[in-house]
Amino acid sequence: MTLPTPAPGKTRREIHEARARQRGIVIASLSTLCVVAAVVLLVPLAPGWEAVQKSFFNGEIFLRTFPKLLQAFLLDVAIFAWCAPLIAVWALVIALCRDVRNPALYPLRLFAVLYTDIFRGVPVVLVVYLIGFGVPGLGLPRPWNSPYIWGSLALILTYSAYVAEIYRSGIESIHASQRAAALSLGMSKSDAMRFVILPQALRRVVPANMNMFIALQKDVALLSFIGPVEVLRQAGVFKSLLANFTPYVVAAIIFLCVTIPATRYADYLIAKQNRARS
Amino acid sequence: MRLMTLTAILALSAGSALAQNACATGKTLKEGVLTVATGNPAYFPWVLEDDPNSQSGFESAVAYKVAEKMGFKSDQVEWVRTSFDEAIQPGAKNFDVNLQQFSITEDRAKVVDFSAPYYSAAMAVLTTKPVVEGGATPDLASLKTLKWGAQASTTAVPMLQDLIGPDSDPLLYNDNADVVEAMKSNQIDAALFDLPTALYLSAVTLENGALLGQFPADRTQNPDRFGMLMSKDNPLKECVDAALTEITSDGTLDLLEDEWLAQNTGVPVIK
Repeated sequence: MTLPTPAPGKTRREIHEARARQRGIVIASLSTLCVVAAVVLLVPLAPGWEAVQKSFFNGEIFLRTFPKLLQAFLLDVAIFAWCAPLIAVWALVIALCRDVRNPALYPLRLFAVLYTDIFRGVPVVLVVYLIGFGVPGLGLPRPWNSPYIWGSLALILTYSAYVAEIYRSGIESIHASQRAAALSLGMSKSDAMRFVILPQALRRVVPANMNMFIALQKDVALLSFIGPVEVLRQAGVFKSLLANFTPYVVAAIIFLCVTIPATRYADYLIAKQNRARS
Repeated sequence: MRLMTLTAILALSAGSALAQNACATGKTLKEGVLTVATGNPAYFPWVLEDDPNSQSGFESAVAYKVAEKMGFKSDQVEWVRTSFDEAIQPGAKNFDVNLQQFSITEDRAKVVDFSAPYYSAAMAVLTTKPVVEGGATPDLASLKTLKWGAQASTTAVPMLQDLIGPDSDPLLYNDNADVVEAMKSNQIDAALFDLPTALYLSAVTLENGALLGQFPADRTQNPDRFGMLMSKDNPLKECVDAALTEITSDGTLDLLEDEWLAQNTGVPVIK
């Protein structure tokens, strides 16, 4: 017996669905258009709009400050570039310390617990201040007292605490039977971790870590508190000299140009992972 | 045509009627009160003990003198506190005039109004004794080689480039306390401040502090002159200016400067 071949052309169901989809698109476009029109038409009616426009969206100042701000942003990129790999490594060390099961090594585990508790509990900017001014205050000679070194260390220490917890969730998400199976094959505990558990765990937490990296991209600006003239500080200098907030808007736009693609990529990774799981 | 003439006559008579009263009438935030803003905290020697009501400290004293000339008694002066950002943000202000060492610049004057200057500040180099002992001297060649810092929201930042042009990029900080902290931890050698502030920091906050020298106010094309900040197109400006002109020409301002900023003399001039 052969199955009946479908009739050529669309089924009634498909036609109905296409029509429903089209109607959805039209309604979505109309409602978006209404909201945008309301914002564009109503906001300029506010009595202070002209002053706000002059202070925050000043085209002349935008053009004047953009090149220098973009140049300052390179410093943010550089700080990010050397912090990110160090965070990835140090966080893994902390996560592995927390996973130690040997009773003799319990102090390591205690250290990891205290570490994540402390650094997740203190605001980043405070850590930057305390380490960035405190450690060089001990009397280190130049260049070892550079705010770049100690400011970066503050970021690395704080972010590692979060990323270590993400790693740990990944490690714990691997079923215990995997570890048992690896051990029963004669692998040592460390080999089981290295060849069986970590490869799976790390892959699983990539999307979560992407979110941390997006956050880090913005938080590198906190280093400006202890001296480095990166984009946020440069914008602040322009703001003071020009008595105008447009440079902050420029800085925000520069940040968005980097973080929005990164955010979309993270979303894409999460969606891909969800598809693979279901 | 007749209507216009009539309006013109009305306007003229209204103008002359106003002129008989004090200049500031109807132009202040609160009728009969001059609201003056200062920083939070306000620093020595501009305001003593962070208490502007005391009339002690240069800016506090100037504010009361200007108020007096504008027809406000001392109990008709009220103080508020603002940050720099609050002073320049668009929208209604909560002060009539704001004085916290705001330097008058052309760019700032596009957004806010400044009174006539009430002080011309020399810029001074704050450093520490170890740096001086290490061979730093008050001349440009030596200054260029130092590691510089400054407070980010001041005109010291462009001045640093104009006057000195240091070899390495300066580090910038949120407030005076952070600059001093960076100097204590040897991250910077020197910082540029207006002279009175530098004197205060070297004497009080910075251990081992030293003043290497000063750039007199007439040294640059754009000397650092402090003005009272007002909202843009504030009608009060002409009254404030008139009062300032009066106390400048009758020597009151010089007397106040002698009284509160006298220690400025004796700092070597940079060659």
